[in-house]
Amino acid sequence: MSRNGVRFFQVGSFAVGNRLLDPEDRTVQADEQRSNSLTSGHRACQGCGEALGARYVLDAAMRASNGKVVVANATGCLEVFSTPYPESSWRVPWMHSLFGNVAAVASGIAAALAVQGRDGVRVVAQAGDGGTVDIGIGCLSGMFERNDDVLFVCYDNQAYMNTGVQRSGSTPPSARTATTDAVGSEPGASFGQGKDVPAIARAHGVPYVATATIADLRDLEGKIEKAIPMRGSRYVHVLVPCPLGWGSAPADTIRVARAATECGLFPVYEAERGEVVGVTRIRRKVGVDEYLSIQGRFSHLYSPVRRADVIDRIQKIADSNIRRFRLE
Amino acid sequence: MRHPFAITLDVASSLANKTGGWRVERPVFVDRLPPCNDACPSGEDVQGWLYAAESGDYKGAWRRLVRDNPMPATTGRVCFRPCETACNRVQVDEAVGIRSVERFLGDHAIGEGWSFPGRMSTASGNVLVVGSGPCGLSAAYHLRRAGHRVTIYETSASLGGMLRYGIPAYRLPRSVLNAEVRRIVDMGVTVETRHRVDDVLAAREDGRFDAVLLALGAPLAHHVPIPAVDSAYVLDALSYLHGAASGHPPQLGRCVAVYGGGDTALDAARTALRLGAEEAVVVYRRTGSQMPANSEEYEQALAEGVQMHWLSTVARAGDGELLVERMELDDTGFPQPTGVFETLEANALVLALGEETDLSSVDRAIDIHSSDGVIDIGPTMMTGHPGIFAGGDVVAGERSVTAAIGNGKKVARQIGAWLSGENVSAGSRHPLAELSSLNTWYYADAPRTVQAELERARRLTTFDEVVAGLNETDALFEARRCMSCGSCLECANCFGMCPDNAVHRVLDPLAKGPLAGGDGVLRAGGVRPFAFDYDYCKGCGICVSECPSGAIVMEPEVI
Repeated sequence: MSRNGVRFFQVGSFAVGNRLLDPEDRTVQADEQRSNSLTSGHRACQGCGEALGARYVLDAAMRASNGKVVVANATGCLEVFSTPYPESSWRVPWMHSLFGNVAAVASGIAAALAVQGRDGVRVVAQAGDGGTVDIGIGCLSGMFERNDDVLFVCYDNQAYMNTGVQRSGSTPPSARTATTDAVGSEPGASFGQGKDVPAIARAHGVPYVATATIADLRDLEGKIEKAIPMRGSRYVHVLVPCPLGWGSAPADTIRVARAATECGLFPVYEAERGEVVGVTRIRRKVGVDEYLSIQGRFSHLYSPVRRADVIDRIQKIADSNIRRFRLE
Repeated sequence: MRHPFAITLDVASSLANKTGGWRVERPVFVDRLPPCNDACPSGEDVQGWLYAAESGDYKGAWRRLVRDNPMPATTGRVCFRPCETACNRVQVDEAVGIRSVERFLGDHAIGEGWSFPGRMSTASGNVLVVGSGPCGLSAAYHLRRAGHRVTIYETSASLGGMLRYGIPAYRLPRSVLNAEVRRIVDMGVTVETRHRVDDVLAAREDGRFDAVLLALGAPLAHHVPIPAVDSAYVLDALSYLHGAASGHPPQLGRCVAVYGGGDTALDAARTALRLGAEEAVVVYRRTGSQMPANSEEYEQALAEGVQMHWLSTVARAGDGELLVERMELDDTGFPQPTGVFETLEANALVLALGEETDLSSVDRAIDIHSSDGVIDIGPTMMTGHPGIFAGGDVVAGERSVTAAIGNGKKVARQIGAWLSGENVSAGSRHPLAELSSLNTWYYADAPRTVQAELERARRLTTFDEVVAGLNETDALFEARRCMSCGSCLECANCFGMCPDNAVHRVLDPLAKGPLAGGDGVLRAGGVRPFAFDYDYCKGCGICVSECPSGAIVMEPEVI
């Protein structure tokens, strides 16, 4: 659901801030008192979407919980670039887990807090797509089934990036990774594989499931703000482009995320107890070309010859999303 | 500090890791020249005053506006708005209604009785301005603001020149004109009306003026000999409009023909309808699309029932009728006679074939030269005679109210420089803010506000103003449609979207109303709301890509 309720010109609600808005109507990120949960000096690449997404999510969580957040973080890029021993970029209580067990660790933290009667402290588990979609899905499914009081946030950059861009269960069809070469008649990752974790989460019937991107800050912050005070398992899946793994320009990180939603490949919606209750409609619709052609991982679809057949199949996925979620 | 087993270092913050060293390019804030500012003949900082108006700081906006143009309620009505033609928003949806906001600010200032800010320097020259049209008034204002003593000599009974005697009241109500003229006079300008200058050198000597500005305008009608029978009624449009503006319009009869295709022709026809003519026909030798008249005025004239007779020249003016020859465009688009004649009913023929200057007052000054009917000036706008300057319609260049006001500003600056023995240094121009440097995603979709027009029945019987102004809500909305091309609009995208927290806010975001120097312009003192922290900026360029207004660029890092 789009949180574009405030219609103030000249920049309406699309920009981070707006000097014409009352401070309380501005985003968390527009506030110079924001927590900066992930502070400067971290070692993420130039233009890292995940670093941006993590700060967006945790700063919003900090505001929504009055600064009472405990974070469990799976192994992955986010952990590697933020905590090279002995430095830490985190300005929140933060705990590093194994690659696959962050949901279980967070469940344990929630249980410990419950035993102590500290129900004002909120628990956030965060992981990349590897720690969520592949390695961590067993623990995550268990957490959902028990309906543990945890907000699980997946920062989806669609491959194992810090180990050298290997395919994950979230890698989109045709994308080139270190393990899905762009060779043969069907270059890159296969069609028809991979897992739709937001749909899996919905199938568990948990209280809240949402998707978001770093290109729509107001929408993302609104979803975190809504999820934080809810009890039980909540899941937010955030698309975070990776300039390194996607072969996109560092300056284009937001642009790529925006194109993903505007072409329909990444539907932005929210669901309660398994039922979709709101979608963010496409504002300026574009074809999948707008999204694919600015990423090196799809360059084999455009050179040496334009692979209209493959692009067509990807467009069909986008069209199907637009129909299924009524994105237009 | 005692450490646990296998731990040797204290916990540290990543702030110790200065990632700025990764950078090969650095983002810097820039000011690009918005196309509206670039196009304004008066040199207004359009984006600057809209910026103040957007936050409801109308006084700050007006003060910013009158730095360049002392008559915004006037130009807010009669300007041809080159700013809106140039506006980048044209390519997004529709141009920002800059002129309608300017008019709102001008009217608001009159309503609130705002006066001009005090003088800006203590210059003390004694300057004579000959003529009180837009150029003369603008120059008087700017000279006065600089501290000079100013005297205006005006031939007519009232100040305003063509604003008063050329532009009809339905386009520029006299109450508005009077208020804006009075505000300039109230700065302490000495005015002598009905004072015709026959010899500029004598006038300068008599009044011991240090410098003279010839803002003589182009008050004479251009005449083309037209065969006419003795009983034919032929007059020129300028004297007709002058008569109408002075309250003594000549009676033209039931059916009036106007010969010409400019704004003056349309004004004469529209005025004739208002003064009782049942039909007004504009005869023009080319086609409608080639008419030099402003399209807006053309539409309004059509709506009022003015008839157009294209591709025709007047061959002879008869008694109650007009013989016209049909024309035909040749391959180069030039009209050629066809030898086919027709007769039109016309009790009077009004000639609107252009305006000419009257240079009789400089006849004795042999070192003031003219060519093609306009006075020659040098790069400092001075004529061949030291201390005598010229501007407005009497010199070569675009003839419009706004251009004349801009001319007045320029010549005032040159006069001031000449008096103090200095040179005016042309400020460097910023590169133009092209649409391609903007990220228009962030601008809310907002169609242009339409200004209401008076209903036809009242337009045919009165000189009431045809186009209505905007109310405050609409003016604010319209101002906020501005995309602030090339200038920071404080959206905080750079601040919020930096993955490395390397953009800091350096200005209090809670500050409301006028922010700097009391004139509501944030950057007036060079203060920007945000600053880059080059200790941590990795140079990714997201801030540049996502800046809506194109106010950040990447520059190569000097290694």
